Amino acid sequence: MVKLHEVCHQVRSKNAGPFWVTVDLFFDGPENYARYKDSPGLSAAAVAKVFGVDASLVKRFAVDSLSVVKLSYPRKAPQGGTVERDMHSGQQYVRLLDTPLG
Amino acid sequence: MAASDAKEFSMHDGKLPDGGVKVLVPCGALGAGVRADEVETGLAAGAHAIALDAGSTDSGPAYLGTGKSKYSRAAVKRDLSILMDARDRARIPLLIGSCGTSGCDEAVDWTLEIVQEVAQELGQRPRVAVLYSEQDKAVLKAKNAAGLVRALAPLGPLDDATVDACSHVVALLGPEPYVSVLQEGAEIVLGGRTTDTAVLAAVPLMLGAAAGPAWHGAKVAECGGQCTVNPTNPGILFSVDAEGFDIAPLSPDNRCEPRTVAAHMLYENSDPFHLVEPGGVLDVTGSEYQALDARRVRVTGSRWAPAPYTMKLEGAAGGPFQTLMMVGIEDRAVMADLDGFLARMDEALRERVRRTMGEMAGDFDISLRAYGWNAVSGQTPPPGTAAPLEVGLLFVATAETQALATQIAKVCNPYFFHFPVRRDIELPSYAFPFSPAEIERGQVFEFKLNHVVETTDPFELVRVRWAGVNVQDKEVRDGQAA
Repeated sequence: MVKLHEVCHQVRSKNAGPFWVTVDLFFDGPENYARYKDSPGLSAAAVAKVFGVDASLVKRFAVDSLSVVKLSYPRKAPQGGTVERDMHSGQQYVRLLDTPLG
Repeated sequence: MAASDAKEFSMHDGKLPDGGVKVLVPCGALGAGVRADEVETGLAAGAHAIALDAGSTDSGPAYLGTGKSKYSRAAVKRDLSILMDARDRARIPLLIGSCGTSGCDEAVDWTLEIVQEVAQELGQRPRVAVLYSEQDKAVLKAKNAAGLVRALAPLGPLDDATVDACSHVVALLGPEPYVSVLQEGAEIVLGGRTTDTAVLAAVPLMLGAAAGPAWHGAKVAECGGQCTVNPTNPGILFSVDAEGFDIAPLSPDNRCEPRTVAAHMLYENSDPFHLVEPGGVLDVTGSEYQALDARRVRVTGSRWAPAPYTMKLEGAAGGPFQTLMMVGIEDRAVMADLDGFLARMDEALRERVRRTMGEMAGDFDISLRAYGWNAVSGQTPPPGTAAPLEVGLLFVATAETQALATQIAKVCNPYFFHFPVRRDIELPSYAFPFSPAEIERGQVFEFKLNHVVETTDPFELVRVRWAGVNVQDKEVRDGQAA
Protein backbone atom coordinates (compact mmCIF):
# COMPACT_ATOMS: atom_id res chain seq x y z
CA MET A 1 0.00 0.00 0.00
CA VAL A 2 1.32 3.43 -0.89
CA LYS A 3 2.32 5.76 1.95
CA LEU A 4 1.33 9.40 2.21
CA HIS A 5 4.87 10.74 1.76
CA GLU A 6 5.19 8.81 -1.52
CA VAL A 7 2.35 10.72 -3.20
CA CYS A 8 2.92 14.22 -1.76
CA HIS A 9 5.65 16.67 -2.73
CA GLN A 10 5.18 18.54 0.54
CA VAL A 11 3.51 17.86 3.87
CA ARG A 12 3.66 20.53 6.56
CA SER A 13 2.10 21.43 9.90
CA LYS A 14 1.80 24.72 11.75
CA ASN A 15 -0.01 26.30 14.65
CA ALA A 16 -3.17 28.13 13.59
CA GLY A 17 -3.57 30.36 16.61
CA PRO A 18 -2.79 29.13 20.14
CA PHE A 19 -5.43 26.38 20.19
CA TRP A 20 -5.29 24.73 16.76
CA VAL A 21 -2.87 22.86 14.53
CA THR A 22 -3.26 22.70 10.77
CA VAL A 23 -1.66 20.17 8.43
CA ASP A 24 -1.39 20.71 4.67
CA LEU A 25 -0.94 17.72 2.36
CA PHE A 26 0.30 18.89 -1.07
CA PHE A 27 -0.32 15.94 -3.40
CA ASP A 28 1.88 15.22 -6.40
CA GLY A 29 -0.51 16.35 -9.10
CA PRO A 30 -4.28 16.19 -9.55
CA GLU A 31 -4.28 12.44 -10.27
CA ASN A 32 -2.73 11.45 -6.97
CA TYR A 33 -4.94 13.99 -5.25
CA ALA A 34 -8.12 12.59 -6.79
CA ARG A 35 -7.07 9.03 -6.11
CA TYR A 36 -6.03 9.35 -2.48
CA LYS A 37 -7.76 12.39 -0.98
CA ASP A 38 -10.64 10.35 0.41
CA SER A 39 -8.49 7.50 1.76
CA PRO A 40 -9.71 6.16 5.11
CA GLY A 41 -6.26 6.90 6.57
CA LEU A 42 -6.91 10.62 6.02
CA SER A 43 -10.40 10.69 7.51
CA ALA A 44 -11.16 12.92 10.46
CA ALA A 45 -11.47 9.86 12.69
CA ALA A 46 -8.11 8.42 11.62
CA VAL A 47 -6.30 11.72 12.06
CA ALA A 48 -7.96 12.27 15.45
CA LYS A 49 -6.63 8.91 16.55
CA VAL A 50 -3.06 9.68 15.49
CA PHE A 51 -3.02 12.92 17.47
CA GLY A 52 -5.21 11.76 20.34
CA VAL A 53 -7.92 14.41 19.89
CA ASP A 54 -11.72 14.53 19.61
CA ALA A 55 -12.72 13.45 16.08
CA SER A 56 -15.83 15.65 16.10
CA LEU A 57 -13.58 18.74 16.23
CA VAL A 58 -11.28 17.76 13.35
CA LYS A 59 -11.85 19.94 10.28
CA ARG A 60 -11.08 18.58 6.85
CA PHE A 61 -10.92 20.55 3.60
CA ALA A 62 -10.26 19.47 0.04
CA VAL A 63 -8.69 22.32 -1.95
CA ASP A 64 -9.10 21.10 -5.51
CA SER A 65 -7.32 24.01 -7.18
CA LEU A 66 -4.09 23.26 -5.29
CA SER A 67 -4.45 19.45 -5.01
CA VAL A 68 -4.27 19.93 -1.25
CA VAL A 69 -6.02 18.22 1.63
CA LYS A 70 -6.03 20.36 4.75
CA LEU A 71 -6.61 18.89 8.20
CA SER A 72 -7.05 21.05 11.30
CA TYR A 73 -7.36 19.80 14.84
CA PRO A 74 -7.38 21.31 18.32
CA ARG A 75 -4.26 21.00 20.44
CA LYS A 76 -4.41 18.81 23.50
CA ALA A 77 -2.91 21.71 25.48
CA PRO A 78 -2.71 25.37 24.41
CA GLN A 79 0.50 26.46 22.71
CA GLY A 80 3.42 27.14 25.04
CA GLY A 81 2.21 25.61 28.28
CA THR A 82 4.13 23.56 30.83
CA VAL A 83 4.37 20.42 28.70
CA GLU A 84 5.08 22.05 25.34
CA ARG A 85 7.36 20.09 23.02
CA ASP A 86 6.60 21.75 19.69
CA MET A 87 5.71 25.42 20.15
CA HIS A 88 4.74 26.02 16.51
CA SER A 89 3.49 22.46 15.85
CA GLY A 90 5.91 22.51 12.95
CA GLN A 91 6.96 18.85 13.37
CA GLN A 92 3.55 17.29 13.96
CA TYR A 93 3.11 16.36 10.30
CA VAL A 94 5.86 13.74 10.56
CA ARG A 95 3.49 11.37 12.32
CA LEU A 96 1.30 11.25 9.21
CA LEU A 97 4.03 10.59 6.63
CA ASP A 98 3.81 6.78 6.73
CA THR A 99 0.01 6.68 6.72
CA PRO A 100 -1.05 3.91 4.32
CA LEU A 101 -3.42 5.14 1.60
CA GLY A 102 -5.73 3.14 -0.57
CA MET B 1 8.25 61.06 -9.07
CA ALA B 2 6.48 63.37 -6.64
CA ALA B 3 3.23 61.47 -6.45
CA SER B 4 2.55 62.36 -2.85
CA ASP B 5 0.35 65.39 -3.51
CA ALA B 6 -2.11 63.30 -5.47
CA LYS B 7 -2.09 60.65 -2.76
CA GLU B 8 -2.80 63.04 0.09
CA PHE B 9 -5.66 64.52 -1.90
CA SER B 10 -7.08 61.11 -2.75
CA MET B 11 -7.57 60.25 0.91
CA HIS B 12 -10.27 62.82 1.21
CA ASP B 13 -12.07 62.91 -2.10
CA GLY B 14 -13.66 59.47 -1.80
CA LYS B 15 -12.49 58.50 -5.27
CA LEU B 16 -10.56 55.30 -5.83
CA PRO B 17 -7.07 56.19 -7.13
CA ASP B 18 -6.24 55.10 -10.69
CA GLY B 19 -4.42 51.80 -10.56
CA GLY B 20 -5.89 50.98 -7.18
CA VAL B 21 -4.84 51.66 -3.61
CA LYS B 22 -1.23 50.57 -3.15
CA VAL B 23 -0.01 49.34 0.21
CA LEU B 24 3.68 48.81 0.87
CA VAL B 25 4.21 45.92 3.30
CA PRO B 26 7.92 46.11 4.13
CA CYS B 27 8.12 42.84 6.07
CA GLY B 28 6.07 40.35 8.04
CA ALA B 29 6.84 41.90 11.43
CA LEU B 30 8.38 45.17 12.61
CA GLY B 31 11.86 44.33 13.91
CA ALA B 32 12.32 41.33 11.62
CA GLY B 33 14.43 43.47 9.27
CA VAL B 34 12.97 45.71 6.58
CA ARG B 35 15.14 46.38 3.54
CA ALA B 36 15.71 50.03 2.64
CA ASP B 37 16.10 49.23 -1.07
CA GLU B 38 12.75 47.43 -1.14
CA VAL B 39 11.05 50.33 0.65
CA GLU B 40 12.43 52.72 -1.99
CA THR B 41 11.02 50.48 -4.73
CA GLY B 42 7.62 50.61 -3.06
CA LEU B 43 7.69 54.40 -2.78
CA ALA B 44 8.69 54.72 -6.41
CA ALA B 45 5.72 52.52 -7.34
CA GLY B 46 3.45 55.11 -5.74
CA ALA B 47 2.50 53.47 -2.45
CA HIS B 48 -0.39 55.18 -0.67
CA ALA B 49 0.56 53.79 2.73
CA ILE B 50 3.15 51.70 4.54
CA ALA B 51 1.51 49.10 6.74
CA LEU B 52 2.74 46.12 8.72
CA ASP B 53 2.18 44.34 11.94
CA ALA B 54 4.59 44.02 14.82
CA GLY B 55 3.14 41.07 16.61
CA SER B 56 1.15 37.90 16.81
CA THR B 57 0.48 35.06 19.20
CA ASP B 58 2.61 32.90 16.93
CA SER B 59 5.66 32.78 19.17
CA GLY B 60 3.76 31.67 22.24
CA PRO B 61 2.16 33.09 25.36
CA ALA B 62 5.19 34.64 27.10
CA TYR B 63 5.00 37.89 25.14
CA LEU B 64 1.41 38.61 26.08
CA GLY B 65 1.98 37.23 29.56
CA THR B 66 4.91 39.55 30.25
CA GLY B 67 4.06 42.45 27.92
CA LYS B 68 7.60 42.31 26.52
CA SER B 69 8.53 42.41 22.84
CA LYS B 70 9.86 39.41 20.95
CA TYR B 71 12.15 41.61 18.88
CA SER B 72 14.90 43.67 20.48
CA ARG B 73 14.61 47.42 20.95
CA ALA B 74 17.58 47.94 18.61
CA ALA B 75 15.97 45.87 15.84
CA VAL B 76 12.64 47.69 16.15
CA LYS B 77 14.38 51.05 16.19
CA ARG B 78 16.37 50.18 13.08
CA ASP B 79 13.22 49.25 11.14
CA LEU B 80 11.35 52.30 12.42
CA SER B 81 14.20 54.60 11.35
CA ILE B 82 13.96 53.34 7.76
CA LEU B 83 10.15 53.41 7.66
CA MET B 84 9.72 56.79 9.33
CA ASP B 85 12.26 58.36 6.99
CA ALA B 86 10.43 56.86 4.00
CA ARG B 87 7.01 57.90 5.32
CA ASP B 88 8.15 61.48 5.85
CA ARG B 89 9.65 61.84 2.37
CA ALA B 90 6.66 60.28 0.62
CA ARG B 91 4.07 61.99 2.88
CA ILE B 92 2.09 58.79 3.26
CA PRO B 93 0.83 57.26 6.50
CA LEU B 94 2.63 54.51 8.40
CA LEU B 95 0.37 52.00 10.15
CA ILE B 96 1.75 49.48 12.62
CA GLY B 97 -0.51 46.88 14.20
CA SER B 98 0.04 44.67 17.27
CA CYS B 99 2.86 46.86 18.54
CA GLY B 100 5.48 45.23 20.74
CA THR B 101 4.41 41.66 19.80
CA SER B 102 1.39 41.28 22.09
CA GLY B 103 -0.19 44.69 21.50
CA CYS B 104 -0.96 45.16 25.19
CA ASP B 105 -0.74 48.73 26.52
CA GLU B 106 2.78 48.31 27.87
CA ALA B 107 4.00 46.95 24.53
CA VAL B 108 2.34 49.80 22.61
CA ASP B 109 3.88 52.42 24.90
CA TRP B 110 7.29 50.76 24.48
CA THR B 111 6.91 51.17 20.71
CA LEU B 112 5.68 54.77 21.04
CA GLU B 113 8.74 55.70 23.06
CA ILE B 114 11.00 54.33 20.28
CA VAL B 115 8.98 56.20 17.64
CA GLN B 116 9.42 59.43 19.60
CA GLU B 117 13.17 58.84 19.90
CA VAL B 118 13.52 58.17 16.16
CA ALA B 119 11.42 61.24 15.33
CA GLN B 120 13.71 63.44 17.39
CA GLU B 121 16.80 61.94 15.77
CA LEU B 122 15.33 62.50 12.29
CA GLY B 123 14.08 65.98 13.16
CA GLN B 124 10.46 64.99 12.50
CA ARG B 125 7.28 65.97 14.30
CA PRO B 126 4.75 63.45 13.03
CA ARG B 127 1.15 63.36 14.22
CA VAL B 128 1.04 60.02 16.04
CA ALA B 129 -2.22 58.32 16.98
CA VAL B 130 -2.13 55.43 19.41
CA LEU B 131 -4.92 52.85 19.53
CA TYR B 132 -5.08 50.87 22.74
CA SER B 133 -6.98 47.59 22.86
CA GLU B 134 -5.99 46.07 26.20
CA GLN B 135 -9.19 45.30 28.08
CA ASP B 136 -10.37 46.28 31.52
CA LYS B 137 -11.25 43.06 33.35
CA ALA B 138 -14.35 44.52 34.96
CA VAL B 139 -15.71 45.58 31.57
CA LEU B 140 -14.98 42.16 30.17
CA LYS B 141 -16.67 40.36 33.04
CA ALA B 142 -19.72 42.58 32.61
CA LYS B 143 -19.80 41.78 28.90
CA ASN B 144 -19.55 38.10 29.74
CA ALA B 145 -22.33 38.34 32.32
CA ALA B 146 -24.51 39.99 29.68
CA GLY B 147 -23.96 37.04 27.35
CA LEU B 148 -21.82 39.02 24.92
CA VAL B 149 -18.72 36.82 25.14
CA ARG B 150 -18.77 33.65 23.05
CA ALA B 151 -16.32 30.74 23.30
CA LEU B 152 -14.57 29.36 20.23
CA ALA B 153 -13.73 25.64 20.06
CA PRO B 154 -12.02 23.91 21.79
CA LEU B 155 -12.60 26.16 24.83
CA GLY B 156 -15.84 26.45 26.78
CA PRO B 157 -17.70 29.36 28.36
CA LEU B 158 -15.64 32.05 30.06
CA ASP B 159 -15.65 32.43 33.84
CA ASP B 160 -14.52 35.34 35.98
CA ALA B 161 -11.62 33.41 37.52
CA THR B 162 -10.09 32.87 34.09
CA VAL B 163 -10.30 36.58 33.30
CA ASP B 164 -8.75 37.42 36.68
CA ALA B 165 -5.90 34.95 36.16
CA CYS B 166 -4.72 36.70 32.99
CA SER B 167 -1.89 39.20 33.33
CA HIS B 168 -3.06 40.93 30.13
CA VAL B 169 -6.21 40.64 28.01
CA VAL B 170 -6.33 42.24 24.57
CA ALA B 171 -9.08 42.49 21.95
CA LEU B 172 -8.11 42.37 18.28
CA LEU B 173 -8.76 45.66 16.52
CA GLY B 174 -10.44 45.93 13.16
CA PRO B 175 -9.60 48.55 10.54
CA GLU B 176 -12.17 51.17 11.59
CA PRO B 177 -10.13 52.83 14.39
CA TYR B 178 -7.19 53.14 11.97
CA VAL B 179 -9.41 54.75 9.36
CA SER B 180 -10.87 57.11 11.94
CA VAL B 181 -7.53 58.51 13.14
CA LEU B 182 -6.16 58.70 9.58
CA GLN B 183 -9.16 60.80 8.62
CA GLU B 184 -8.39 63.04 11.58
CA GLY B 185 -4.88 63.55 10.24
CA ALA B 186 -2.72 60.88 11.84
CA GLU B 187 0.57 60.33 10.03
CA ILE B 188 1.72 57.39 12.13
CA VAL B 189 -0.75 54.99 13.75
CA LEU B 190 0.48 52.65 16.46
CA GLY B 191 -2.09 49.96 17.12
CA GLY B 192 -2.57 47.63 20.01
CA ARG B 193 -3.38 44.04 19.13
CA THR B 194 -4.95 44.02 15.68
CA THR B 195 -5.82 41.27 13.26
CA ASP B 196 -2.90 40.85 10.87
CA THR B 197 -5.19 41.68 7.99
CA ALA B 198 -7.00 44.72 9.44
CA VAL B 199 -3.91 46.94 9.63
CA LEU B 200 -3.11 46.23 5.97
CA ALA B 201 -6.71 46.50 4.74
CA ALA B 202 -7.42 49.82 6.50
CA VAL B 203 -6.18 52.25 3.82
CA PRO B 204 -7.69 50.38 0.84
CA LEU B 205 -11.03 50.26 2.67
CA MET B 206 -10.77 53.94 3.58
CA LEU B 207 -10.09 54.91 -0.03
CA GLY B 208 -13.05 52.98 -1.39
CA ALA B 209 -11.49 49.74 -2.64
CA ALA B 210 -13.74 46.69 -2.73
CA ALA B 211 -13.92 44.97 0.65
CA GLY B 212 -13.36 41.36 -0.45
CA PRO B 213 -10.17 42.11 -2.39
CA ALA B 214 -8.96 44.53 0.33
CA TRP B 215 -9.20 41.86 3.03
CA HIS B 216 -7.89 39.09 0.80
CA GLY B 217 -4.93 41.16 -0.40
CA ALA B 218 -4.16 42.03 3.19
CA LYS B 219 -4.30 38.40 4.20
CA VAL B 220 -1.91 37.34 1.46
CA ALA B 221 0.52 40.19 2.25
CA GLU B 222 0.46 39.87 6.03
CA CYS B 223 3.54 37.65 6.25
CA GLY B 224 5.51 39.78 3.79
CA GLY B 225 7.53 37.58 1.43
CA GLN B 226 5.80 34.37 2.54
CA CYS B 227 3.51 34.60 -0.51
CA THR B 228 6.47 34.71 -2.94
CA VAL B 229 8.80 32.07 -4.31
CA ASN B 230 11.65 33.42 -2.14
CA PRO B 231 10.36 34.44 1.31
CA THR B 232 13.79 35.71 2.41
CA ASN B 233 12.95 38.90 0.48
CA PRO B 234 10.45 40.40 2.91
CA GLY B 235 8.80 43.29 1.02
CA ILE B 236 5.46 43.20 -0.80
CA LEU B 237 3.29 45.71 -2.62
CA PHE B 238 -0.40 44.99 -3.10
CA SER B 239 -2.83 47.16 -4.96
CA VAL B 240 -6.58 46.96 -4.47
CA ASP B 241 -9.23 48.28 -6.84
CA ALA B 242 -12.96 47.82 -7.36
CA GLU B 243 -12.76 44.23 -8.67
CA GLY B 244 -9.65 42.63 -7.25
CA PHE B 245 -6.07 43.07 -6.15
CA ASP B 246 -2.61 42.74 -7.69
CA ILE B 247 0.33 41.59 -5.62
CA ALA B 248 4.07 41.50 -6.28
CA PRO B 249 7.28 41.34 -4.30
CA LEU B 250 9.38 44.49 -4.03
CA SER B 251 12.65 42.76 -4.90
CA PRO B 252 13.10 42.65 -8.70
CA ASP B 253 14.59 39.15 -8.57
CA ASN B 254 11.70 37.69 -6.58
CA ARG B 255 8.24 36.81 -7.88
CA CYS B 256 4.69 35.85 -6.92
CA GLU B 257 3.01 33.00 -8.76
CA PRO B 258 -0.70 32.10 -8.69
CA ARG B 259 0.30 28.99 -6.73
CA THR B 260 2.27 30.91 -4.05
CA VAL B 261 -0.51 33.46 -3.61
CA ALA B 262 -3.33 30.91 -3.47
CA ALA B 263 -1.38 28.68 -1.09
CA HIS B 264 -1.03 31.49 1.42
CA MET B 265 -4.65 31.06 2.48
CA LEU B 266 -3.56 27.68 3.80
CA TYR B 267 -0.79 29.08 5.94
CA GLU B 268 -1.52 29.23 9.68
CA ASN B 269 -5.27 29.14 8.93
CA SER B 270 -7.45 26.32 10.13
CA ASP B 271 -9.93 27.03 7.28
CA PRO B 272 -8.48 27.73 3.80
CA PHE B 273 -11.63 29.35 2.39
CA HIS B 274 -13.01 31.59 5.15
CA LEU B 275 -11.41 34.10 7.46
CA VAL B 276 -13.47 35.58 10.28
CA GLU B 277 -12.58 39.21 10.91
CA PRO B 278 -14.13 41.99 12.99
CA GLY B 279 -17.39 42.85 11.26
CA GLY B 280 -17.45 40.11 8.65
CA VAL B 281 -16.06 37.06 6.97
CA LEU B 282 -13.69 36.89 4.00
CA ASP B 283 -14.71 34.15 1.57
CA VAL B 284 -12.17 33.11 -1.09
CA THR B 285 -14.08 30.07 -2.35
CA GLY B 286 -14.62 31.77 -5.70
CA SER B 287 -11.29 33.58 -5.97
CA GLU B 288 -9.42 33.36 -9.28
CA TYR B 289 -5.63 33.69 -9.40
CA GLN B 290 -4.03 34.87 -12.62
CA ALA B 291 -0.41 35.67 -13.52
CA LEU B 292 -0.17 39.23 -14.89
CA ASP B 293 3.47 38.72 -15.87
CA ALA B 294 6.46 36.83 -14.49
CA ARG B 295 6.27 38.55 -11.10
CA ARG B 296 2.74 39.81 -10.47
CA VAL B 297 -0.48 37.99 -9.69
CA ARG B 298 -4.01 39.33 -9.94
CA VAL B 299 -6.80 37.94 -7.76
CA THR B 300 -10.50 38.49 -8.39
CA GLY B 301 -13.71 37.04 -7.03
CA SER B 302 -12.93 37.38 -3.30
CA ARG B 303 -16.05 38.18 -1.30
CA TRP B 304 -16.71 39.92 1.99
CA ALA B 305 -19.85 39.05 3.96
CA PRO B 306 -20.63 41.60 6.69
CA ALA B 307 -21.57 40.18 10.09
CA PRO B 308 -22.33 41.63 13.53
CA TYR B 309 -19.21 43.26 14.95
CA THR B 310 -17.06 41.05 17.17
CA MET B 311 -13.51 41.31 18.45
CA LYS B 312 -11.45 38.25 19.30
CA LEU B 313 -9.92 38.14 22.77
CA GLU B 314 -6.49 36.94 23.77
CA GLY B 315 -5.27 36.49 27.33
CA ALA B 316 -2.28 34.87 28.96
CA ALA B 317 -1.63 34.00 32.58
CA GLY B 318 1.52 33.24 34.48
CA GLY B 319 1.92 29.68 35.74
CA PRO B 320 4.74 27.75 37.40
CA PHE B 321 8.49 28.21 36.89
CA GLN B 322 11.06 26.04 35.16
CA THR B 323 14.76 25.26 35.49
CA LEU B 324 16.64 23.32 32.82
CA MET B 325 19.73 21.12 32.56
CA MET B 326 21.14 19.40 29.51
CA VAL B 327 23.67 16.60 29.05
CA GLY B 328 25.00 14.91 25.97
CA ILE B 329 25.27 11.11 26.04
CA GLU B 330 27.16 8.87 23.61
CA ASP B 331 27.66 5.91 25.98
CA ARG B 332 26.89 2.85 23.82
CA ALA B 333 25.30 0.81 26.57
CA VAL B 334 22.91 3.70 27.28
CA MET B 335 22.13 4.11 23.57
CA ALA B 336 21.34 0.38 23.33
CA ASP B 337 18.70 0.61 26.09
CA LEU B 338 17.62 4.22 25.93
CA ASP B 339 13.94 3.83 26.85
CA GLY B 340 14.78 1.61 29.83
CA PHE B 341 17.52 4.00 30.94
CA LEU B 342 15.22 7.02 30.70
CA ALA B 343 12.41 5.31 32.61
CA ARG B 344 14.77 4.29 35.44
CA MET B 345 16.41 7.73 35.58
CA ASP B 346 13.00 9.43 35.66
CA GLU B 347 11.92 7.37 38.64
CA ALA B 348 15.26 7.81 40.44
CA LEU B 349 15.13 11.61 40.03
CA ARG B 350 11.57 11.88 41.33
CA GLU B 351 12.41 9.64 44.27
CA ARG B 352 15.46 11.73 45.10
CA VAL B 353 13.39 14.93 45.11
CA ARG B 354 10.75 13.33 47.35
CA ARG B 355 13.40 11.97 49.71
CA THR B 356 15.53 15.11 50.01
CA MET B 357 12.89 17.87 49.73
CA GLY B 358 9.74 16.15 50.93
CA GLU B 359 6.59 18.27 51.08
CA MET B 360 8.61 21.41 50.42
CA ALA B 361 8.95 20.50 46.72
CA GLY B 362 5.22 21.11 46.35
CA ASP B 363 3.43 20.23 43.14
CA PHE B 364 6.54 19.64 41.01
CA ASP B 365 7.22 17.89 37.72
CA ILE B 366 10.33 16.51 36.07
CA SER B 367 10.37 15.95 32.32
CA LEU B 368 13.24 14.15 30.55
CA ARG B 369 13.38 14.66 26.79
CA ALA B 370 15.98 12.79 24.74
CA TYR B 371 16.74 14.92 21.67
CA GLY B 372 17.94 12.61 18.95
CA TRP B 373 15.51 9.89 20.05
CA ASN B 374 11.91 10.95 20.77
CA ALA B 375 11.93 14.36 22.47
CA VAL B 376 9.72 16.05 19.89
CA SER B 377 6.86 13.56 19.82
CA GLY B 378 7.30 12.14 23.32
CA GLN B 379 6.17 8.81 21.85
CA THR B 380 7.95 5.47 22.11
CA PRO B 381 9.73 4.73 18.81
CA PRO B 382 8.60 1.59 16.95
CA PRO B 383 10.26 -1.69 17.98
CA GLY B 384 13.48 -2.29 16.09
CA THR B 385 14.35 1.41 15.71
CA ALA B 386 18.14 1.68 15.41
CA ALA B 387 19.96 3.14 18.42
CA PRO B 388 21.11 6.73 17.91
CA LEU B 389 24.78 7.73 17.93
CA GLU B 390 24.13 10.22 20.74
CA VAL B 391 21.29 12.10 22.41
CA GLY B 392 20.96 15.48 24.01
CA LEU B 393 19.03 14.85 27.19
CA LEU B 394 17.02 17.82 28.38
CA PHE B 395 15.87 17.98 31.99
CA VAL B 396 12.94 20.28 32.76
CA ALA B 397 11.98 20.87 36.40
CA THR B 398 8.65 22.64 36.91
CA ALA B 399 7.70 24.00 40.33
CA GLU B 400 5.70 26.74 41.99
CA THR B 401 8.64 29.15 42.29
CA GLN B 402 11.90 29.66 40.44
CA ALA B 403 13.84 28.92 43.64
CA LEU B 404 12.08 25.59 44.06
CA ALA B 405 12.58 24.60 40.42
CA THR B 406 16.28 25.36 40.73
CA GLN B 407 16.56 23.52 44.03
CA ILE B 408 15.00 20.47 42.35
CA ALA B 409 17.53 20.72 39.53
CA LYS B 410 20.41 21.00 41.97
CA VAL B 411 19.19 18.01 43.96
CA CYS B 412 18.91 15.99 40.75
CA ASN B 413 22.22 17.15 39.30
CA PRO B 414 24.44 14.25 40.55
CA TYR B 415 21.99 11.58 39.37
CA PHE B 416 21.40 13.32 36.04
CA PHE B 417 25.18 13.51 35.56
CA HIS B 418 26.18 10.02 36.72
CA PHE B 419 23.12 7.75 36.46
CA PRO B 420 24.40 4.27 35.43
CA VAL B 421 22.68 2.13 32.82
CA ARG B 422 23.34 -0.87 35.11
CA ARG B 423 24.00 -1.10 38.83
CA ASP B 424 27.16 -3.19 38.54
CA ILE B 425 29.34 -0.67 36.68
CA GLU B 426 31.55 2.22 37.69
CA LEU B 427 29.57 5.48 37.69
CA PRO B 428 29.77 7.15 34.29
CA SER B 429 29.98 10.90 33.72
CA TYR B 430 27.91 12.38 30.92
CA ALA B 431 28.74 15.52 28.94
CA PHE B 432 27.50 18.75 30.52
CA PRO B 433 27.97 21.64 28.07
CA PHE B 434 27.64 24.41 30.68
CA SER B 435 28.77 25.48 34.14
CA PRO B 436 26.71 25.99 36.19
CA ALA B 437 24.74 23.10 34.76
CA GLU B 438 21.30 24.50 35.49
CA ILE B 439 19.57 27.32 33.60
CA GLU B 440 16.72 29.27 35.14
CA ARG B 441 14.20 29.55 32.32
CA GLY B 442 11.68 31.71 34.12
CA GLN B 443 7.92 31.51 34.35
CA VAL B 444 5.65 29.41 32.16
CA PHE B 445 2.77 31.37 30.62
CA GLU B 446 -0.41 29.90 29.23
CA PHE B 447 -2.99 31.18 26.78
CA LYS B 448 -6.34 31.27 28.54
CA LEU B 449 -8.80 32.85 26.12
CA ASN B 450 -10.21 31.75 22.78
CA HIS B 451 -13.36 33.85 22.78
CA VAL B 452 -14.99 36.69 20.90
CA VAL B 453 -16.80 39.67 22.37
CA GLU B 454 -19.71 41.44 20.71
CA THR B 455 -19.38 45.20 20.61
CA THR B 456 -21.87 47.95 19.88
CA ASP B 457 -19.47 49.37 17.28
CA PRO B 458 -15.79 49.07 16.27
CA PHE B 459 -14.75 51.75 18.80
CA GLU B 460 -16.45 50.64 22.02
CA LEU B 461 -13.45 48.74 23.42
CA VAL B 462 -10.76 50.98 21.91
CA ARG B 463 -8.99 53.95 23.49
CA VAL B 464 -7.33 56.59 21.29
CA ARG B 465 -4.46 58.82 22.33
CA TRP B 466 -2.72 61.46 20.28
CA ALA B 467 0.97 61.60 21.05
CA GLY B 468 3.28 64.30 19.83
CA VAL B 469 7.01 64.12 19.75
CA ASN B 470 7.98 67.04 21.95
CA VAL B 471 6.46 68.87 24.91
CA GLN B 472 4.67 71.42 22.79
CA ASP B 473 2.90 68.70 20.81
CA LYS B 474 1.98 66.75 23.89
CA GLU B 475 0.25 69.72 25.47
CA VAL B 476 -1.84 70.23 22.39
CA ARG B 477 -2.62 66.66 21.61
CA ASP B 478 -2.67 64.54 24.75
CA GLY B 479 -5.99 63.78 26.28
CA GLN B 480 -8.07 63.73 23.14
CA ALA B 481 -9.65 60.45 24.07
CA ALA B 482 -12.19 58.92 21.74
